[in-house]
Amino acid sequence: MNAVISETFTKTFARTPIIKLKRQESILQIKDLNVHAKNHHILKNINLEIPKNKITVLLGPSGCGKTTLLKSINKLTDLYKELKVSGNIYIEKDDILNTQRNVPLIRQKMGLLSQKPYPLPVSIYKNVAYGIKLKGIKNKKLIDFNVETKLREVGLWNEVKDRLNSSADSLSIGQQQRLCLARGLAVKPHIILADEPTSALDPVSSKIIENLFRKLKEHYTLILVTHVLRQAQRLADNVVFMNYGEIIEQGRPDELFSYPQTSQMKEYLVEGN
Amino acid sequence: MNKQKEIEELFFKFLSGFATYSLIAILGFIIIIIFVKGFGALSLDMIIKTPKGGYYYGGEGGVLNAIVGSLYIAFGATFIAILIGIPAALYINVHLVRYKRIQNTIRYFLDALWGIPSIVYGAFGFTLMLFLGMNASLLAGIITVAFLITPIIIRTFDEVLSTIPKGLHEASLALGSTRTEMAFKVMFKQGFSGFITAVLLAFGRGIGDAASILFTAGYTDLIPTHLDEPAATLPLAIFFQLSSPIPEVRERAYAAAAILTIIILIISLTARGFSKKYSKSNLK
Repeated sequence: MNAVISETFTKTFARTPIIKLKRQESILQIKDLNVHAKNHHILKNINLEIPKNKITVLLGPSGCGKTTLLKSINKLTDLYKELKVSGNIYIEKDDILNTQRNVPLIRQKMGLLSQKPYPLPVSIYKNVAYGIKLKGIKNKKLIDFNVETKLREVGLWNEVKDRLNSSADSLSIGQQQRLCLARGLAVKPHIILADEPTSALDPVSSKIIENLFRKLKEHYTLILVTHVLRQAQRLADNVVFMNYGEIIEQGRPDELFSYPQTSQMKEYLVEGN
Repeated sequence: MNKQKEIEELFFKFLSGFATYSLIAILGFIIIIIFVKGFGALSLDMIIKTPKGGYYYGGEGGVLNAIVGSLYIAFGATFIAILIGIPAALYINVHLVRYKRIQNTIRYFLDALWGIPSIVYGAFGFTLMLFLGMNASLLAGIITVAFLITPIIIRTFDEVLSTIPKGLHEASLALGSTRTEMAFKVMFKQGFSGFITAVLLAFGRGIGDAASILFTAGYTDLIPTHLDEPAATLPLAIFFQLSSPIPEVRERAYAAAAILTIIILIISLTARGFSKKYSKSNLK
């Protein structure tokens, strides 16, 4: 009898907090996401919840669909006619794939950092101010304040404060990547989507970006695409391992990397190490 | 490097250098011939006076009527072509970016339009002019030249816009831009130097073309004061004077050609200066 009560107690009280925790922490839910390109099934029935204020790493070999998944999240798949996307991606009740609401406004909830930095063809100042102005803010002092705050947040302010009106192209590639991050943060996103953001950078610049990510997760949720195993080990709070368009395994990095469940993950770890 | 590769390298370096410098030499030769042959007739009168009686038989006067007429037509047509060309080029590269087949079809038609001889545009303009009940006039000339140069502006600007990496489209959209904001605030700025090149090419073609305005703009010794009045142009002034049996008049044809060249040079330098200045001020 005691055993039954104990089991019931454990089932009831041990599970409830987990479910509650998940519901509270999840900022983005992906349901039955499928992406087709002509005859190729790129993403296969993806179901995923992204925890809030954590770094979720999408890990997997090249061509496994990580970048397509990232682009689906802020609907940049719209730019590619060959991609047919179905399913639901909820960000704060808005299903970005099927919404009738303003897509640009939903996109502002997600900052994007791509493999290669793409500064806008304007000055350093205007790059950061661009998104702020898009939000309809016209007060010069407020824009100045935001520009400075975001440049400080990415550790770029002291390097560029005397040349804010210079072209963004005059910055080094590592600085450009931080500028793009500042530009993305300026629109006050909830999520930062980073697509192999250090792949074009030297080790020093990569380290700066990685350290920034660790700081940023206090206020933002980060989804990081990488195929570098060590980067995933250094940064991830949550790892999603993908292969051939499917989620193979997901979980905490210490569990996933120490006790891989599938042969594909094991093989990837062996090759990666 | 072995001997054969060294010879190959030297040969192709010489060949490419020869092609480049001979082209510059030909251009220089053309300019020298025009200026040498027209130098005797180049005077202040030539640019500040309209033709007086008997000008085409060696009498007094200048080609101010043709200078003003040419500038009116070239600026007017370029203005119309820009108004149509910018949105068209941006539309092809922003809204049709997903539809490669439609993009390519439109580009094919624009290339075909670019390649049509200007006399065909002249004939089309003439037909349109008759259909609308217009006379040969400044307006008819402007419209016809606008038809001629619009494909040049669209395709030249389009070529530059098409080289803008998709990553920049994505970066702009991800910040919450609409496609229109992306087109004008990011892509137009990114392709601005290409836009200036497009305008220069179009303006040069517009001011220098004779066939398209032969039937549509007419010719007059007066400076047009209204859009419905005929207008003289420098290419036609050159054509009429060069056909003359009188040596002084033929010399004036070369002088008019020199003036046309100088105008294009001034416009080109001004536009490039403007482009540089705009790029710098744009940064602030």
